[in-house]
Amino acid sequence: MPAEPGTLALPDVAVPAAPARRALRPPGFPFAIIGLFVLAAVVAPLLGLPDPHAQSLRDRFKPPAWEEAGSWKHPLGTDRLGRDLLSRIVWGSRVSLAAGVLTVLVASAFGAAVGLTAGYYGGRVDAVLMRATDATMSFPVILLALILAVTVGPSFTNVVTAIAVILWARYARVIRGQVLTLMHLDFVAQARIAGAGAWRIITRHLLPNTLGTLLVLVTLQIGYVIIVEASLSFLGAGIPPPTPAWGSMIAEGRDVVTRAWWVSLFPGLAILLVVLAFNLLGDWLRDTFDPKLRQL
Amino acid sequence: MLRFVAARLVQSLVALAIISVVVFVLARATGDPLYLILPMSASQEDFDNARRYLGLDRPYVEQYLSFVGRAVTGDFGNSLRARRPVSELIRERLPNSLKLALFAMGVSLAMAFPLGIMAAVHKGTGLDRFAQIVSVLGQSLPTFWVAILLVEFVAGRLQWLPAGGNEGFTSYVLPGFTLGWFVVAGLMRLLRSGMLEVLDSEYVKLARVKGMGEGRVIWLHALKNALIPVITFAGIYFAILVTTAIVVETVFAWPGLGRLAYEGISSRDFPVIQAVVLTTAAIVAVVNLCVDCLYAVIDPRIRYAR
Amino acid sequence: MSGPVIDVRDLRTHLVTGWGTVKAVDGVSFTVAEGETLGLVGESGSGKSMTCLSLLRLVPRPAARILGGQILLDGEDLLAKSEAEMRKIRGRRIGMILQDPMSSLNPVFSIGMQVREPVALYHGLRGSALAARAAELLAAVRIPSPAERLRAFPHQLSGGMRQRVVGAMAIAAPPRLLIADEPTTSLDLTIQAQYLGLLEELQERHRLALVFVTHNLGIVARICDRVAVMYAGRIVEMGPVRRLFTRPAHPYTRALLESIPRLGARAARLTAIEGQPPDLARLAPGCAFAPRCPSVMERCRVEAPPETVVEAGHVTRCWLEGGPEVGAPSGGTPA
Repeated sequence: MPAEPGTLALPDVAVPAAPARRALRPPGFPFAIIGLFVLAAVVAPLLGLPDPHAQSLRDRFKPPAWEEAGSWKHPLGTDRLGRDLLSRIVWGSRVSLAAGVLTVLVASAFGAAVGLTAGYYGGRVDAVLMRATDATMSFPVILLALILAVTVGPSFTNVVTAIAVILWARYARVIRGQVLTLMHLDFVAQARIAGAGAWRIITRHLLPNTLGTLLVLVTLQIGYVIIVEASLSFLGAGIPPPTPAWGSMIAEGRDVVTRAWWVSLFPGLAILLVVLAFNLLGDWLRDTFDPKLRQL
Repeated sequence: MLRFVAARLVQSLVALAIISVVVFVLARATGDPLYLILPMSASQEDFDNARRYLGLDRPYVEQYLSFVGRAVTGDFGNSLRARRPVSELIRERLPNSLKLALFAMGVSLAMAFPLGIMAAVHKGTGLDRFAQIVSVLGQSLPTFWVAILLVEFVAGRLQWLPAGGNEGFTSYVLPGFTLGWFVVAGLMRLLRSGMLEVLDSEYVKLARVKGMGEGRVIWLHALKNALIPVITFAGIYFAILVTTAIVVETVFAWPGLGRLAYEGISSRDFPVIQAVVLTTAAIVAVVNLCVDCLYAVIDPRIRYAR
Repeated sequence: MSGPVIDVRDLRTHLVTGWGTVKAVDGVSFTVAEGETLGLVGESGSGKSMTCLSLLRLVPRPAARILGGQILLDGEDLLAKSEAEMRKIRGRRIGMILQDPMSSLNPVFSIGMQVREPVALYHGLRGSALAARAAELLAAVRIPSPAERLRAFPHQLSGGMRQRVVGAMAIAAPPRLLIADEPTTSLDLTIQAQYLGLLEELQERHRLALVFVTHNLGIVARICDRVAVMYAGRIVEMGPVRRLFTRPAHPYTRALLESIPRLGARAARLTAIEGQPPDLARLAPGCAFAPRCPSVMERCRVEAPPETVVEAGHVTRCWLEGGPEVGAPSGGTPA
């Protein structure tokens, strides 16, 4: 227990013309990591890496370059089928990033629409929409994705659909909350008095004010989606082979983790780095735009 | 207060109803299970007989209604694969999942509370930084990967703890820890930010002005207010826990509901799929209901706001 | 009844912020006697609130630090006390009422709990004796149906009621000194008058020394015996209320008085004070008011004026009053 009281609110101090709040330093690390992975994903075909699908029984389970039996031909080693790990990780980033971004875009678009509508109209519309939202939120994502995977077969589209179909509820809730607060502000009343219709008010007045929140949420959620996608691929219900996906790579390495630890380790590290970067970025965005969103 | 509880109860039931429809449709859509059950040599007649026997030939609406009717009494039919009542299967597996979930939740709370609160009280110190790192890492680590590594290193190489199995308390540690890690990270961050905000408030200032001891100020005056956003999220985190359980149970070969779901889905076992999803949803709904009530108990503004 | 209840001598509190070190309280000295009310007047950022927090040693850590001076409460120096000792003093010997009743009551605890808490701590009461005493306190601040109100929660009360509850908690001990930091600023005008009346009553009943912080000169005129005008962390003028209103010595005080619109006076233009409040992190040497002073002299910009006695009990910091008299006491003495 500290001997002095903890931080107290500062009483009035004459604040000079200087800005009341210093803009937080843009975080270098997250930007760098994300930039790196995005770049790698985009220019993957041009990088001159070994073909991620190329199997070579001779080169099976080669350890990373710094180990005794390793070589720089396969810097991070090879997997069960002799495929180059580094190359597969780079190609895997395309899948993960695409899945993450796409899912989040779809979910946020739909969720925001629902949230805006519910918040604006209120009353029965709001009640009904919120029931649907609540019901959706309590459905376990992975179960749904598993079911879909078995229904229609695992595929990229299914992963995105399964996750988006449940994720939108989060956005709907948060945006609705924001809209409710906004509705009490004068500018909405003024717009109405000026004769603006629902569509106009929603798109021109409410939506722009929620974009900040949306941006924060979106960034924070990308990491979550990437992890879910990886989990699904791990369980065999995500991106089907032979497309390299980090989750399935980890699954493949699971049985040999004792002697070929690199097969599972590096894809996991990739996931960790990317998700970490997005989370840190999201935190920074949140602190910059609206610290009150701290609970997200 | 009672009206509040009743309203939430109705909400939960409606949600469950929606879920039951959805899961019913989806389960049917997973394809014909008979292909998996009947041997290759089965004839068309065998198929028709099996279909009739299992009631799969009746119109969908009828199937749904009878399903709901029996589900309410706890009868989920028989597992197509195991030929045993699904409710039996669930009764076997559910306790295992619950025990693991409770263990994980307990560990998470025990770790998240002190860390989160102390991080806020000692803001800016090494402890605070440590807590923030733990929190961000926790939400960025893929559970199954951690699980695999733990199984390999802690259970395999170091032999400190068993990887699942039945060796009493120690069996719970690795899977429980893996499961709860994400929750610890999230809760700790919530507590920290909640406490930071509350510690700055006027009423905390006044408590100190009144001469209250620092311990009382932090753990009573401040904490009760900081709990509100935490409780709001506790329900969501529990739902995440349930979802993550599938992965963890698979990796640690834990005989719980998650594994059952996975098996059921792989073998297109409708009754099992339906039952597991409904049970899971029901549990989540109950937990959310309790959380909402707890919320009302803590924050009198909610109680009297109707 | 020898000596003042509180005797502050050369109090200094600095605040380290991102844009420099702010001298929030820069050599403040004053006394308040039993039954006396000292008004503390100034603009936002003049250091009034910081001074009050410093008296209780509740300055926001780690940014703020009390650097020096003495705070003598009935002769004991508070700055020499340990934190544990200070905790015994807070509430029991010094009470404080904060500005915003909406936020100073804890929303998740009942009124009863929050009123009983200090009573239990200070007097060691339990059970029904405790509840009875709490109800008595609420009655003392003129809250109707006190026993029922104990069960209520803050959000169920009006602003005026809440502020009375805060008042009840402040006099629970009762203390020797009561600090009221703009207690009526957030209240409706009609409620304000009632509240001031309540404070006066409480003061008389318990012979409290009262420090009343405000930026409203009207309230000062009504309730204070003496007043200290603060600017940029220093007291620039202090003396009996009547004196300051009729013959202010410091240009700032004069400007404050002139900026109040008066009923009946000919419709001349209201004089506003030129310029901006000073940047406390970058105070120029010399008098802090110099940039805005209509009577500024060269000397003012170079050297900060010390405290000079204008008349017995009336001091100011201004070169217009000449240099310090030999042997002049610092701090005001009751007229």
